[in-house]
Amino acid sequence: MAATKASKDQKYDRQLRLWGDHGQEELENAHVCLINSTASGTEILKNLVLPGIGAFTIVDGHKVSGEDVGNNFFLSNNSIGRVSDYNRAQAATELLQELNTDVSGNFVEESPDKLLDNDPEFFHRFTLVIGVQLPESTCLRLGSVLWNANIPFLVCRTYGLVGYMRLVVQEHTVIESHPDNALEDLRLDQPFAELKNQIQSYDLEGMGKKDHSHTPWIIIVAKYLDKWFSEHNCQLPKNYKEKEAFKQLIRQGILKNEKGTPEDEENFEEAIKNVNTALNPTKISSGVDDIFNGEQCNDITSQTPAFWVMTRAVREFVQNNGGGNLPVRGSIPDMIADSEKFINLQNIYREKAMQDASVVSKHVESLLQSVGKPSASISEQDIKLFCKNAAFLRVVRCRSLAEEYSVETVNKDEITCCMDSADGEMVLYLMLRSVDRFYQQHSRYPGVYNYQVEEDISKLKLCVNSLLQEYSLNVNVKDDYIHEFCRYGASEPHTVASFLGGCAAQEAIKIITRQFVPFNNTFIYNAMSQTTATFQL
Amino acid sequence: MNLLLFSLFREKKRRRVVELTEKMVVDGGRDGGEWDGRWNHINMFLERPGPFTHPDFEPSTESLQFLLDTCKILVIGAGGLGCELLKDLALSGFRHIHVVDMDTIDVSNLNRQFLFRLKDVGRPKADIAADFINGRIPGCNVLCLPHPEFHIIVCGLDSIIARRWMNGMLLSLLVYEDGVLDPSSIIPLIDGGTEGFKGNARVIFPGMTACIDCTLELYPPQINFPMCTIASMPRLPEHCVEYVRMLLWPKEKPFGDGVGLDADDPEHIQWVYQKSQERAAEFSITGITYRLTQGENTHSAILNSACATEVFKIASSAYIPLNNYMVFNDVDGLYTYTFEAERKENCSACSQVPQDLYFSPSAKLQEVLDYLTENASLQMKSPAITATLEGKNKTLYLQTVASIEQRTRPNLSKSLKELGLLDGQELAVADVTTPQTVLFKLSFTS
Repeated sequence: MAATKASKDQKYDRQLRLWGDHGQEELENAHVCLINSTASGTEILKNLVLPGIGAFTIVDGHKVSGEDVGNNFFLSNNSIGRVSDYNRAQAATELLQELNTDVSGNFVEESPDKLLDNDPEFFHRFTLVIGVQLPESTCLRLGSVLWNANIPFLVCRTYGLVGYMRLVVQEHTVIESHPDNALEDLRLDQPFAELKNQIQSYDLEGMGKKDHSHTPWIIIVAKYLDKWFSEHNCQLPKNYKEKEAFKQLIRQGILKNEKGTPEDEENFEEAIKNVNTALNPTKISSGVDDIFNGEQCNDITSQTPAFWVMTRAVREFVQNNGGGNLPVRGSIPDMIADSEKFINLQNIYREKAMQDASVVSKHVESLLQSVGKPSASISEQDIKLFCKNAAFLRVVRCRSLAEEYSVETVNKDEITCCMDSADGEMVLYLMLRSVDRFYQQHSRYPGVYNYQVEEDISKLKLCVNSLLQEYSLNVNVKDDYIHEFCRYGASEPHTVASFLGGCAAQEAIKIITRQFVPFNNTFIYNAMSQTTATFQL
Repeated sequence: MNLLLFSLFREKKRRRVVELTEKMVVDGGRDGGEWDGRWNHINMFLERPGPFTHPDFEPSTESLQFLLDTCKILVIGAGGLGCELLKDLALSGFRHIHVVDMDTIDVSNLNRQFLFRLKDVGRPKADIAADFINGRIPGCNVLCLPHPEFHIIVCGLDSIIARRWMNGMLLSLLVYEDGVLDPSSIIPLIDGGTEGFKGNARVIFPGMTACIDCTLELYPPQINFPMCTIASMPRLPEHCVEYVRMLLWPKEKPFGDGVGLDADDPEHIQWVYQKSQERAAEFSITGITYRLTQGENTHSAILNSACATEVFKIASSAYIPLNNYMVFNDVDGLYTYTFEAERKENCSACSQVPQDLYFSPSAKLQEVLDYLTENASLQMKSPAITATLEGKNKTLYLQTVASIEQRTRPNLSKSLKELGLLDGQELAVADVTTPQTVLFKLSFTS
C-alpha cells in the first residue's frame, strides 16, 4: 500500500526535523543487509524500519531456538520448532515488516559463509551491510569483500553486558555535519562591499532614540570597530585588555537620559556580550584546509564524486574570488532590532551568499565540462547547500579490519595507552578479541553452560595471553575480566542489545543520509558502569 | 552513593521476597507459557557469581522468580520512551508492569512508537501498549491501572514538570524514624530523556541521591522570546508563529470559546500555519513552513535501554547501579559522560532545609512571584502564595483559578509591608512542579 506524500510527511514529521526531506529520501532509497537476526540485529532493524528505510534483507542460516525467542521482540514462540523447521530470518522479517508497510522486507535463509563461498557479489547490491554476532573468520572475510567493493560495513555485537560496534568505510564525506555551537560567519574583520555600505548608511550619533535602541548589534560592533581602527592602526583588538577596552568604547555609546544615567539599551548590551566571538578573525579551519589539500581534490576525473568536485570548486573560489575566504554563509543570529533593520541586514548577508554560491557554481560547471560531464549532474540546490556548510565539511576514513588485525599494522600505541586505565573500556575490547580466539580453538564460546564456567576461565586466560603475545602488547588484563567474560556465557541480554541497536541504527542513518558525523572506528559500551569509549584501531 | 543504606534497602526487599514467595506456594504457580531456554540470556546474571556483582548479590534461581512473579514496576509514559521501556522490561523477565499515560495515539507517533499502528490512532496509548506487549510476550501482564505499591518506577516522560511532580511524590512517601531515613520507604526512580541526538539517563534513590530538583539547572532552559519582539517587532519566522499561538489564538478563538491549541490536531495547526504566513508577509519575513508551526523534536531509542538495564540491576542486585547520571550525545561520533550528580544542600524538594526568601519590605509581591518563576533552582510555573496573617490563612496570589486570580491580582502591585507580612514570616507556595507545598521563610533586607 503506497502512502501518499502528505500522510508520510505526517508519520515522519518528527524525524524530518532532524535530517530533512533530502535525508529522508536517501533513507527511502537505501537497502540495508542485516546478517543474523538475533536480538541485537532485530533491534537495529527496528530503528531503521520505523523511520522508513527503503528495504532490508536479513541473511541468517539459523533456526529459531527457545533462547532466541526469550530475548527477541521480533520472534514469537509459535516459530520455535515448527514442523518445517522455522528459519530465524523468515520469522524476524515477518514481525519487522509489520512495523511499517512502506518498507520492503526480504530474507535469505543462508549462512554468510556459504554466500561468501558461492556468491560474494551478492553483497554488492546493498547500501550498507550490518553484521551482528559474527565469528571472527566470517567477519574478516566479509570485511575484505565489502572493502574492495567500497560498501560500508558496520560490525555489531552484544556480549553479556558489553556492546561493541566497528565501522569500516574507506571514505565517508559529510556536507551537513550539523555541528553544535558553530561560530557565526559575520565578516566583521573584513566586511564585503555591500556590508560596508549598509554599515555606513547608519548614523548612530544622529539617529532618534527608538532607532538607536533597535539597531542590530552587528552594526554597532562594526561602527565602533571603525572608530577603533582609526585609533589603533587598523588592528583588531587582540588580547583581553584590548577587548575590554573595546567593550568600554561601545558602552560609552549607550544613550544617557537628562540626569546622565545610561538608558536601557539591550542591543548595546548584546553588542558588548558578543564582542569576543564577533571579533574572531575570519579564517578557514585546519580541518577544512586538510580537505582542500586532499588527493581527490587535486585530480578531478569523470569518476570523481560530487563532494570532491564541489570541494575543488570552493577551493578555486577561495583562491581566486574569495580573497582567501570561503563563500559567505548567509545566516545571522537573531538579535534585538526592529523588523526592518534586521531584515535589511539579513538580506545583505543572504544576497552575498547567493552571489558567492553562483561564482562557485561557475567553477563547478567548468570542472564538469573539463571532464565531459553535463553541468546538470550537480544541482544548484546541492551547490548552495555545500556553500552554506563549507566551514563544516568532514571526511571520515576508517582503517580496514585487515589493518586492525594484522600484526604489522595493529594500533599498538592506542591499545597500550588506553590500557593505562586498567578498568577502562579497552580491556573489554581485548576480552572480545580473546573470546573470539577461544571460539576458534574450541568451536564454542566460554561458559555457555554452568558447569563450564570454572574450567573455561583458565582456558580463556590462555587465549588472552596468546593474543597479547602475538601482538606484542605489554599490558596486563586483570583476572576479574576473564572470570566475568566466562560468566557472560556469550549471552545477549535484551537491554544491552537494545542500547546497541539504537546506537548502531543512528550510525547507519548517518552513513545513509550523509548527515551528522559517524564514529571512527570502534565503539565500546559497558552496561555495568554505563560508560562508553571510542577508539581508532 | 551510600552503599550501607542501599544494602538495607536490599535487605528489606529480600525479606519481602521471602514472604511473598511463601504466599505464592500456597496460591499455586502461574502458567506463563514457558518454554525451554527462554530465560537463558538473563540467567547468566542471576545464577552465577562474578567479580563485579553487588556485594550483597547471591546467585540463586529465586531471583528470576522474583522478577517474574513479584517485582512490580511502574512505567510512566507510553510514548517514544515508554514503548521501548515496556519492551525492554518484558524481555528482561519483568511481568508485573503498570503503565500510565494520559495521551491518545496520533499519526506522528507511528514512526517510533512501535506498539501502535494506524488503526490505533485516537485510542489511549497506555491501553494499546499494554495489549501489544501482553500479546507479543506470553506471560507478561502489563496493566494500566494504578497499584498502591511499586518496587521501582521508570519514567519515559517528555515534560520536566511531570518529572518534578513524580520526584516530589516519591519524596513525600519517605518515612523518617527519629530523623533517620527508613530504607524500605525508598522507591527508586529511573529517569530517561532524549531530544534528537542527545539524551540522559539517571538513577535516583529519593532521600539518598540527588533528586530531579537538585540538578534543575542541568535542564536546558526553554527558549522564550521577549514579548515586545512577538507583539510588535518580529524578525524570524519563529516570532510570527509565537505571535499566532500566544496572542492571536486567545483573541480570535478560531475553534470556539475555551478551546485550547492542540498541537496534534491538523486543523488547528493549519490555522496557525496560515495566520503565521500572513503575519510574516506583513513584515517581509520568509521561511514559515508547516513543520515550524508544530514544534517538538524526535526521540531516539537508546537511553531507555540504559534505564531498563538499571531496573534489572536494582531488581536483581546483579550489579551496583549507575551512580548516578549518564549524558549522551551522538551528533559527532558517540559521546557519553557518566558522573555522580550531587545532592544540593538546600534543594527545595529533597533537602528538608527551609527555603529562604530575602526581600525588602517595600518590594512588591510581583517581585517575589518573578523570583519563584525565574530562579534557576526553583523554576516554578504558576506558584500560588499563601500566608498566615492574623491567625488566618490568606491567599496572596493564585493564578490557576480565574476568579481567584482576578481577586488577588491587585496584591501583586502591593508591597510586602502593605500586605501585612512580617520579618521571619512563613510563606506557603504551591505549584504544579511539586505535589507538596514548599515553605519559605521571608527575611526582610533593609
